[in-house]
Amino acid sequence: MTEPGIVYLDHAATTPMLPVVVEAMTAHLPDVGNANSLHASGRRARRVVEESRETVARAVGCRPGEVVFTSGGTEADNLAVKGIYWSRRDTDPRRRRVLSTAVEHHAVLDPLDWLAEHEDADLELLPVDERGRLLVDALRDSIERDPDSVALISVMWANNEVGTLQPIAEVVELAAAYEIPVHTDAVQAVGAVPVDFAASGVDALTLTGHKLGGPYGVGALVLRRELDVTPLGHGGGQERHIRSGTLDTPGIAAFAAAVEAAVKAQPEHAERMQALRDDLVRRVIEAVPEAHLHGPQLDRAATDRLPGNAHIGFPGCEGDSLLMLLDARGIECSTGSACSAGVPQPSHVLLAMGCDVEQARHSLRFSFGHTSTVADVDAVVAAIVPVVERARAARR
Amino acid sequence: MRTAPEDRATPEPQRVVAAMSGGVDSAVAAARAVEAGHDVTGIHLALSRNPASYRSGARGCCTIEDSNDARRAADVIGIPFYVWDLSDRFHEDVVEDFMDEYAAGRTPNPCLRCNEKIKFAAVLDRALGLGFDAVATGHYAQLRTGHDGAIEMHRAVDHGKDQSYVLGVLDQMQLRHSLFPLGDSTKPVVREEAAARGLLVADKPDSHDICFVANGDNAGWLAEKLGDRAPNQGGDIVDSTSGEVLGQHGGTYAFTIGQRRGLRIGRPADDGRPRFVLDIEPVSGTVTVGPRSELAVDRITGTRPRWCGTVPTRLAGPGVTVQLRAHGDEHRAAVEVAGDEVRIELLDPAYGIAPGQAAVIYDGTRVVGSATINATARAGADPVHQR
Repeated sequence: MTEPGIVYLDHAATTPMLPVVVEAMTAHLPDVGNANSLHASGRRARRVVEESRETVARAVGCRPGEVVFTSGGTEADNLAVKGIYWSRRDTDPRRRRVLSTAVEHHAVLDPLDWLAEHEDADLELLPVDERGRLLVDALRDSIERDPDSVALISVMWANNEVGTLQPIAEVVELAAAYEIPVHTDAVQAVGAVPVDFAASGVDALTLTGHKLGGPYGVGALVLRRELDVTPLGHGGGQERHIRSGTLDTPGIAAFAAAVEAAVKAQPEHAERMQALRDDLVRRVIEAVPEAHLHGPQLDRAATDRLPGNAHIGFPGCEGDSLLMLLDARGIECSTGSACSAGVPQPSHVLLAMGCDVEQARHSLRFSFGHTSTVADVDAVVAAIVPVVERARAARR
Repeated sequence: MRTAPEDRATPEPQRVVAAMSGGVDSAVAAARAVEAGHDVTGIHLALSRNPASYRSGARGCCTIEDSNDARRAADVIGIPFYVWDLSDRFHEDVVEDFMDEYAAGRTPNPCLRCNEKIKFAAVLDRALGLGFDAVATGHYAQLRTGHDGAIEMHRAVDHGKDQSYVLGVLDQMQLRHSLFPLGDSTKPVVREEAAARGLLVADKPDSHDICFVANGDNAGWLAEKLGDRAPNQGGDIVDSTSGEVLGQHGGTYAFTIGQRRGLRIGRPADDGRPRFVLDIEPVSGTVTVGPRSELAVDRITGTRPRWCGTVPTRLAGPGVTVQLRAHGDEHRAAVEVAGDEVRIELLDPAYGIAPGQAAVIYDGTRVVGSATINATARAGADPVHQR
């Protein structure tokens, strides 16, 4: 639940658990039984896990055996990126190139950097346009320069900061011609836009619970069965020997309930989020005329952008000041960019979109979710003018 | 309106930014500001874009661990907490200045510069712009309202911890928007209070070194950072009386007037007494050394004066003193001000006075102002170290 009196518009960071999820989780918390034990209690736990796997598979369009439960998005991204790289390189040592985009989440970018630094990977971060969308021609050129040396392509489904949807179908088409595996971080996408693993043609897909009404600490890597992946950790051999560790039965049950509910509700949810988002963007820009939407504009938003994401630039303001001033008024949002070592950094996403450092620091991300209402929009619109004035004064 | 420590129990509530380093003093200062009825927001100043992960040596701030300590203290106190990135301003105004000063053969005090340019300027400006009224810090100094309504800054009750020296650069506007909630307490009391409040930083060691110089190795840090900006990469160490070259050094920036250790001359003076750095000449690269007696000065010229209140013309009398380094002695003095020049006459000679340090002027316990030491002289002699 969100706190009473608080306007919570940071659902892209984490969104409240759905009641049905809390129910699923608490129902299994008292149960004993390791899903890998052979006795009756173990079998009971195993059954919960396997039913959850089937639920997730139905919801995201994959086979149950393709669902690898993880501790969340970051682990799933690491497993995909490192695991596929290692496995592909070990099969053919020429495969050292990893192609990705400059706007990935740090859960992808940082393991890629690590591979470049420690595992001889040759990392190419492909450019995006001013709306944050991958330049497909750049990817084509990069692949065709030497297709046999590409170990892996990783392109996020939807950007977490500015909400841009990436051309996954085109990426898959280019990669398929050379049988290059494609991973996609779909953490922001599942439940927000239609995501079908099999239909998309990707080989690996990351999703996580807490972004779609599920619990923290549980997610999945959906992994095509034919794809070999070198594990990150070694142990009991759970999850196809790809991800060892005792299975978190209540967490997995809750995760499955969340994925099922979110995917089922997706069409109406998206429509409602989009209406709130469009309303917020229009009214904020009306109140603060210099403000502008980053990423795909409203006329293209229905097809090019996450429905619940509004990433707005306020020239002359520090995003950090805006955030603090809104926080003091009970309105919770984000600058969208990560803190590095406790220090707020200019967004690498905005920089990649061609913004200068100044522009990359003057933004706020409002992200809607299942608890959002028009009252939240009203609150932001009522606060934004004095907040922007204050934030500007702080710069002088 | 500011309030004196004695009437702090009934202050006019203000919106206050508490600068929290992650240490015990600033945590207790923030807690006291809350208790005094203020609406307090904790901030930690990020002074480097790439802070180290953990504390090392005697550094008490500026690592991620310190930032986390500050955040936890804010949680315990129950106030909002943010990190403000002041790294660009800090680098420009404090770190660059520090390097320039050492390169020029002077001995800067970066803590003063930070208070003048960052904590009570960049941070205060931003705070005022955001609608706050004041900045609270854990410095040990006292603010009182004078008879004329001006805010006076006085030495802390605990003279051993007194930090009015590093605050001697604050002007009346800055003082009006400052809170020093610890000025009436001693350090042991503050530590006890921190423990009683459940602040885990209660027994965190004090910081002594310059925050951006790891391990307190000034010379090593300067050698690495100055690079081509070093005025010289070495030169002669010369005896002041005989003019004899006693040895070589690796760069004048590693020396401070009055320094005794690390000269590595290898043989004692003729009289068997230790030698001290008397003069640093960055252009020729010469470091002059000699006996302690030659360090004595009783006339000091200061520039860049900063006044806490009314600008004085002449100050003399039993209570007038100057302090010439952090935690240094009080020297009885007479002070004359002529525009941007401050002439200080010491009633008793002082030793090891380095240009670049601040001379902070007191009338009793009250800070009158400060000036950056530019030249020093012995009675009857022409000023030396004139740069």
